[in-house]
Amino acid sequence: MVRWILAAAAAMMLTTGMAVAQQGPLHIELDEGVIEPLPYALPTFVDEGAGSMASQITRVIADDLSGTGLFREIPEGAHIQRFGSFDTPVSYADWQAINAQALIVGSVGMSGGKVVVKFRLFDVYGNAQLGDGQQLAASSQSWRRLAHKVADVIYSRITGETGYFDSRVVYVSESGPKDQRQKRLAIMDYDGENVNYLTDSSAIVLAPRFSPQGDRILYTTFETGFPRIKMMSVGNASGKLLPETPGTMTFSPRFSPDGSSIVYSLEQNGNTDLYSMSVSGGGSQRLTNSPAIETAPSYSPDGSQIVFESDRSGSQQIYVMSASGGEPVRISNGDGRYGTPVWSPRGDLIAFTKQSGGRFFIGVMRTDGSEERDLTASYLDEGPTWSPNGRVIMFTRESPGAAGAAKMFTVDITGRNLKAVAGVGGASDPTWGPLLP
Amino acid sequence: MHLATKAVLGLALMALAACNNPSKNGANGVVDPGGAYGDAGGVSQGSINDPNSPAYFSGKVGDTVHFVVDQSTLTDEARATLSGQAQWLSSHGNYAAIIEGHADEQGTREYNLALGARRASSVQQYLISQGVPANRLRTVSYGKERPIATCAEESCFAQNRRAVTVISVGAGS
Repeated sequence: MVRWILAAAAAMMLTTGMAVAQQGPLHIELDEGVIEPLPYALPTFVDEGAGSMASQITRVIADDLSGTGLFREIPEGAHIQRFGSFDTPVSYADWQAINAQALIVGSVGMSGGKVVVKFRLFDVYGNAQLGDGQQLAASSQSWRRLAHKVADVIYSRITGETGYFDSRVVYVSESGPKDQRQKRLAIMDYDGENVNYLTDSSAIVLAPRFSPQGDRILYTTFETGFPRIKMMSVGNASGKLLPETPGTMTFSPRFSPDGSSIVYSLEQNGNTDLYSMSVSGGGSQRLTNSPAIETAPSYSPDGSQIVFESDRSGSQQIYVMSASGGEPVRISNGDGRYGTPVWSPRGDLIAFTKQSGGRFFIGVMRTDGSEERDLTASYLDEGPTWSPNGRVIMFTRESPGAAGAAKMFTVDITGRNLKAVAGVGGASDPTWGPLLP
Repeated sequence: MHLATKAVLGLALMALAACNNPSKNGANGVVDPGGAYGDAGGVSQGSINDPNSPAYFSGKVGDTVHFVVDQSTLTDEARATLSGQAQWLSSHGNYAAIIEGHADEQGTREYNLALGARRASSVQQYLISQGVPANRLRTVSYGKERPIATCAEESCFAQNRRAVTVISVGAGS
């Protein structure tokens, strides 16, 4: 009999599950770069009264896992053993015979109006279950989140790192030709599902940014006729404009890691510098004071530093300074112009946009500028954002010419597994939110 | 075998209603110049043959100046156009102007917003130096958000690197 525990307990239990993730030989070491995806079997979850939801949830789990490029699903038609019930004993030899390294067995039922998913992960060659079985439940409208949660647990147990599937992305939905582009704020699941629009297209909106908790969004809007920063709460799309000095332009905002303050660009008399203020709109503080353009600031995960771009050297380059201002240190040193730096949630890397030779690149470098690597190249790539675990980058790719359109793409930080976010149409300026509780 | 985790995920459904239509009125009561394409901020244009009309300003005086790549300095050609703009504005004190700065798409979004602001400011400073009162001029940058030419070649990029002086009602704030 299922005993129901509240939501807060669910997160705790999931964490407990992760503690055993690194035991056993079934493991992917992400730092080594994965060339050959790990083969896994995911028999359609046993239907215990949830109807087609059992197969739908199974497919989302498979899409999550295979979508990473780290795992390869063995089609169900090749499976030898069939599971009539969730508790059918695993016949390891049957799964070894088809070279499955991981096996995921589950069931989907209904209880008290909720969808209930149970699953177990098996290390086929270790002849053993990996970690405890788990059970999750949610309202039927949230069935996709249940699937993402299961995939996050499996990803975590095999890689030893937290997953990123149960997360959302705020972005700018685009429609119309390049010279009459309409833009509106939208939010989606990380995989492009469950799109909701947060504004209409009556004013240009740019570069939305999630708060660290994912409950608020900062963005730039032209609704007054001039670029201004607005903050909205995700659950209530009304929002409020942040205070500004008349005659100035404010844009490029980002939250501090503790969510208490905002760093942003302010333009006055043609000159753009960095400022910070509290989220309540008070305590405005000037952080840079130069005749150059300083913009695109991003905090380090511990909140002590800010990475940003400046053309004080004569061209756009990336600099790091204390979060309270002071003398910045230039970290970008390659050929080309560097902009839109974003500190990774793990703290180890900075993602950036680079322009060189008439092309755009998304790349990563260490926080001292060393070990620069380009991950993508095209006519126009820009605006990287990190997955919550710092393993994947989403960005905007605009295609050239009158018929050109913006799309969001993902790539992992080894440069592999480049692919478009499907199903959302024209879209730009993604910001990946935190893993949901 | 037991199931270790027995839990309900409390999944709050988000109420994501589309927001109300934001006001299209600008800070100075000026109609949002970005809200409409191809017109000049809702001001009656009049006839291009009437030297006192905004249509004459945009069509005969010339409302647009262009910039070289990643620059905001004014070319000789731009200065000549702006001198004409300053003359017209000086003799038509009932109009104000918003100077829109634009960039081509060969740059990142934030940088281009800042670059467009530099360009608009260059124009504003020049018009002020030619005697147009500062309180009749405002600037705005659209970055690369409002291209007028869409090909992926320098011929189009050059048209998009521009500042446009848009005549608006009122003598400024």
